[in-house]
Amino acid sequence: MMEFRKDLFSNERDDDLNVVGKGVQRQDAPGHVTGRSPFFDDHAFEGLLHLKVVRSPHPHARIRRIDISAAERAPGVKRILRGADVPVNRNTLLSLINFGKDDEPTLAVDKVRYIGEPIVAIIAESEAQALAARALVRLEYEPLPAVFDVEEALKPGAPVINDIYPGNYFEYHEKYDHQKLRFGDVERGFAMADHIVEDRYQMSPIEHAPTETNGSIAAPEQNDRFVVHSCAQGLFFSLGTAAKIVNLDSNRLHFIGGTVGGGFGGKVDSLTEPLSILGAMMTGRPVRYVLDREEEMLYGSPRGAERIYIKDGIARDGRILARQIRSYFDAGAYTRLSSYAAIKCTAHLPGPYTIPNVASDIYVAYTNRCPSTAMRGFGITAVDFALEVHMDKGAEACGLDPMEFRILNAYRDGDMKAHRRVAKNTALIECVQVAAEKARWPISDEARRQSSLTGGGGARAEIPATPIDENGRINRPETRGGRPTQTLPAGTMRIPLTKQPIMEGSTENRPKAPAVPQYEPYRPAAAAPPPPAPAYTPPPPSAPPPAPAPAAAPSASPAPASQHGAHRFSSVFGTRRR
Amino acid sequence: MAKVPVQFRLNGSDRAAFADPADNLLTVLRRGLNDFGPKYGCGQGTCGTCSVLVDGELRLACLTLAASCEGASIETVSGMADGPNLHPLQQAFMEHFAAQCGFCTPGMLTAAKALLARNPNPSRDEIIDGIAGNICRCTGYEPIIAAIESVARGAAAGQRR
Ligand code: FES
Ligand code: FES
Repeated sequence: MMEFRKDLFSNERDDDLNVVGKGVQRQDAPGHVTGRSPFFDDHAFEGLLHLKVVRSPHPHARIRRIDISAAERAPGVKRILRGADVPVNRNTLLSLINFGKDDEPTLAVDKVRYIGEPIVAIIAESEAQALAARALVRLEYEPLPAVFDVEEALKPGAPVINDIYPGNYFEYHEKYDHQKLRFGDVERGFAMADHIVEDRYQMSPIEHAPTETNGSIAAPEQNDRFVVHSCAQGLFFSLGTAAKIVNLDSNRLHFIGGTVGGGFGGKVDSLTEPLSILGAMMTGRPVRYVLDREEEMLYGSPRGAERIYIKDGIARDGRILARQIRSYFDAGAYTRLSSYAAIKCTAHLPGPYTIPNVASDIYVAYTNRCPSTAMRGFGITAVDFALEVHMDKGAEACGLDPMEFRILNAYRDGDMKAHRRVAKNTALIECVQVAAEKARWPISDEARRQSSLTGGGGARAEIPATPIDENGRINRPETRGGRPTQTLPAGTMRIPLTKQPIMEGSTENRPKAPAVPQYEPYRPAAAAPPPPAPAYTPPPPSAPPPAPAPAAAPSASPAPASQHGAHRFSSVFGTRRR
Repeated sequence: MAKVPVQFRLNGSDRAAFADPADNLLTVLRRGLNDFGPKYGCGQGTCGTCSVLVDGELRLACLTLAASCEGASIETVSGMADGPNLHPLQQAFMEHFAAQCGFCTPGMLTAAKALLARNPNPSRDEIIDGIAGNICRCTGYEPIIAAIESVARGAAAGQRR
């Protein structure tokens, strides 16, 4: 049973919650246990047709010829769709929020860019007939050199995978080939450090493997609309995407869903809805397009693989003075949501720690692999794994207990984060204290006395002088090297803009996106501050790992000004403590 | 392919459908008879979401030829409740939060029912073995095991009384 630790931050919360911390029956449970929950495929339709797609056997190839004549004559076949039949055969998911360029066809036309890319869709009276006809489609390919490694893909002269992004990287703000974060001077930090800890972390793609595979059923409805039973996790996201691709006003699509047989992020891509709807438009009959398990495993988009390099500079007393991160997101052949993942990753750096010098470059690279997408904290999970493994290595390098090392470097309320926003509602110290207590892992009394509410701010709230560079500037002869071009004086909140920031892609006949929100002005500090003094000195670990000691509850937090409500944990949109 | 008639009892009612000789039971139940209780998860016998009882025996509907069920008695999750009264296993799955997305639940309940029918007082290991053919990707297996255990222990206690 989950434990609700009301002793932590108790003075910041009214203890009047009706649901949190209590056992409440879910309203969909009766449907689940009686088998009546309406999943997308649990709908009967008279005259239901079945759609199957022909997929590329090549990771990268030019399509020379598509011959559907034999398939068209096969028994039960009602209609065959090719790229030319798709009204808007190029899309990117985040175009709905004016982010990124349309780069992915629903059905490939001239080239295929990953094994499993859909090329031809066959609609027949039965699944067996659709599968039989699929085997009759004749395709001729000219295989092209393929790239499967993110860093290989970014090398000059690598084969161009996705022609919309000829450098094999996603372009941020029409300016950089990566997401850039600069705070302080990492080189200076490394020079001052007693230990340098460097490593490389490589993740694998991960398949969500929901028990229900991706799929949808679309059928003509009265009033000239189409009803769509969908597995989509984001029903309105899918509706907007499908409406764009089949070129219908969205009010002509009636999406029904929300009962999802496991998604975990793998059901946000609208993999099947556009073709089901198009099939229903073309045949006038209900069309069902469901991935089989093999398609789901091989071609349903996975969590993208990430390669992460981390370099830490650590002082003898355990303070991390500088952290530099370079990471490559494997988008596969098309963008889908990887561009967003890199933004999330950057926003998460350098993890929940106060580090006076931080620099990161996060790339989204295209390869000839299955396009990757959302999955449970994507953009964060992998880099967090790497950061926390790296924290253990850092603790080892300077001979500290890993729990104490984390508490020593943890961010605290009032600290300046690398993104130039003041840390609020921090809780890492308390998390580590409770984790140590639960694991019966002994930590010093000093560490147990630490609190997220005290010791932050002051020198730790200063914005250091920050050298900036043009590394990775698109259309410059030098791309990924080069020295700093300018140093922003200490206290600089943001780089002065030469033009109003507009998200890329917005120039393509779409309404302009709203401007990026401006931050509150910050009073600049006089000079680059020295690295903050340690809030406490952790003891060196007694080696070997100490025997478990009786657990002690973390001491109650000192009471700040009176605060109420659950606001501490709802800081997403800048909610401030009252 | 010419369709052939298949007749069987489904959750206590006589039903008939026309099926391809190659059609599996899952397709005929779902698309022929509109019993959407059993689910398609893999179509190759690896996930257990299509589990049904054929003459009381646990079977994977995706690997069972519909034509081979002629004259059989088939039970699916759709017939598990007694009218408005839930089966004790259904009640226990709700109480123990043993269904998250609910997609594996019909198969899990069917496997649990088959287990308790042949072994009313299974050990924890026997319960784990009883649902070993059923994959759940959301809930985790602990709540499911706890739900089945609670029914088994309840029934055993009832017997002793
Ligand atoms: S659908 Fe029958 S075992 Fe998976
Ligand atoms: S509850 Fe989703 S698969 Fe079991």
